[in-house]
Amino acid sequence: MNEIDAAFQRLREEGRTALIPFITIGDPDLATSVEIIQAMEQAGADMIELGVPYSDPLADGPVIQRASERALANARVTLADVIEVAAQSRQAGVKLPFILFSYYNPIFQYGLEPFFELIAAKGISGMIIPDLPIEEDAELRAMAEDTGIHLIPLVAPTSNDRVKRIAAKARGFVYCVSSLGVTGVRADFHQGIDEFLSTVRSATDTPIAVGFGISSREQVERFSKQADGVIVGSAIVRKIEEVVPLLQASETKQEGLAQIRAFVSGLKG
Amino acid sequence: MTQVPDENGRFGKFGGRYVPETLMNALIELEEAYKHYSKDPEFIAEIHSLLTKYSGRPTSLYYAKRLTEHLGGAQIYLKREDLNHTGAHKINNAIGQGVLAKRMGKTKIIAETGAGQHGVASATVAALLGLECKVFMGEEDTKRQELNVFRMNLLGAEVVPVTSGTRTLKDACNETLRYWVSNVDDTYYILGSATGPHPYPMMVRDFQRIIGDETRQQIVKEAGRLPDYIIAAVGGGSNAIGMFYPFIEDESVKLIGVEAAGRGVETEEHAATMTKGRHGVFQGSLSYVLQDEHGQVLPAHSISAGLDYPGIGPEHSYLKDTERAAYVPITDAEALEALQLLSRTEGIIPALESAHAIAQVMKLAPTLGSDQIVVVNLSGRGDKDVQAIMGYLEGGL
Repeated sequence: MNEIDAAFQRLREEGRTALIPFITIGDPDLATSVEIIQAMEQAGADMIELGVPYSDPLADGPVIQRASERALANARVTLADVIEVAAQSRQAGVKLPFILFSYYNPIFQYGLEPFFELIAAKGISGMIIPDLPIEEDAELRAMAEDTGIHLIPLVAPTSNDRVKRIAAKARGFVYCVSSLGVTGVRADFHQGIDEFLSTVRSATDTPIAVGFGISSREQVERFSKQADGVIVGSAIVRKIEEVVPLLQASETKQEGLAQIRAFVSGLKG
Repeated sequence: MTQVPDENGRFGKFGGRYVPETLMNALIELEEAYKHYSKDPEFIAEIHSLLTKYSGRPTSLYYAKRLTEHLGGAQIYLKREDLNHTGAHKINNAIGQGVLAKRMGKTKIIAETGAGQHGVASATVAALLGLECKVFMGEEDTKRQELNVFRMNLLGAEVVPVTSGTRTLKDACNETLRYWVSNVDDTYYILGSATGPHPYPMMVRDFQRIIGDETRQQIVKEAGRLPDYIIAAVGGGSNAIGMFYPFIEDESVKLIGVEAAGRGVETEEHAATMTKGRHGVFQGSLSYVLQDEHGQVLPAHSISAGLDYPGIGPEHSYLKDTERAAYVPITDAEALEALQLLSRTEGIIPALESAHAIAQVMKLAPTLGSDQIVVVNLSGRGDKDVQAIMGYLEGGL
């Protein structure tokens, strides 16, 4: 059974909602990413999105874009490096399901077949490709189905009658974009958000998770009532940005990790 | 050749719609609106009227006698897109899309710009049609093209300097797409080149094909036959695809796209996407892209802010791989030399973009006989570039 499915099944039995943090791998460096992943697990994260840094992150706001720039400038992080971080985290004892978050071009350049061979062996359970709408995903989706790795699609408040078609193809969960716009912390969500979420809910039996702009315990609680999972990205990446100076010095590294751990714990009600 | 793009916006393997889901409905709506209005006689008549009475079309096809004599060889004709209102071919597309935006009930338009010509064209059309306008421009380019920033402001548009990434056209495009994702309800994105997700490459080509359509009639009237060569500069490729498209079925007409080689294709400072790029997905479509082995998009360099772009329109990639068109690189230095030659022989100061096409003519024309005909698309005039040119001529490249 895919680990994402197993996790949602367990959470459902316990009556809990998944907390799914996002981090940009290689921000500030690859070894620290492994430690941040461990800290996230200790803090109670249920799954984790591993972001592949990209030069042109169209769906992301300034916070995640800056994290990408740091990762590319400091460590020239590649798709293969991100997958290696997943493998190392497993070796370090991390049990969380891993979801790869990558724009399409790094995967396309790696080659679809070698890419699937690589991730199947490294403990990746799912992937989110923000610039690969269902119209363009046939080849990759077929390979994902064959290898049992979930291709998790996004639906947006503007998806309208596309919601049904997208939800029908969803594996793992449906990623519901909470607001129009790029990733980033925000106070207001799309005005039709509640109706949108119930539309997605009624379109599928697959779990649904909400993301884009969620940054506080109150917001996590708000969406926990309507969704099976809540994704927090920019708020965590911004926290990491704040503690980068601590993470980069050996004597203060543990303090930096402790702050990240505390922030993630604080998101859970 | 089969009709491209197909219903999924594919030119062979190229094109498509690689965008965040939030934009998909907007693109589908746009495609439907375009399909509907492009068959509407009133819509066509309104655009035609603006192109003739407002922009001054048809632009002339001019026999460049002194340049022909100087180079010795083929007869050289210039398609004078520089004579358009606002000084470049960009107005053709801006009028088309502006009228479409209005028909779709949008009140705000956004645009990206590199050299500023598309920004000025969009600001102009916004003023003309009574629409609000925001233009995204790389901070680097706002310095290189100060005069055009001033023009856009005069026309009532807001210029938003983009400080992310390379601070040039590539990042202006990213920022415009991002803004559109957030404001997709009331905002129309006038994309300026034959790039981006479907239906833009098709739509921009259709609005620019008037360049090739007029050229065809004009050259047949003037010379009694089709040309042997057609040459146009390519950054994103809108002037070139507009010029090439009506000739694609005419196998006797050789099509040459000229891209910016910057400081040389052997250096890392160039924008030679076709010469040095690989197939990749960038800014909404699959096309040739300048990128590293891991799929990170590389910064481009050109003396011309309009050619300084690491991607290219998907239809050009299709024409390259089917070998219907050839793409050649021209350096900054060659373009600058061509700019001076055209200025002195014909009294025409071309835009730096167009100077790249002229530089290719300087190489090609002398190798051909005087019975051969070469048509060059002079996509824009050089007024916007004179300050930059002055710097290059005094301070070197």
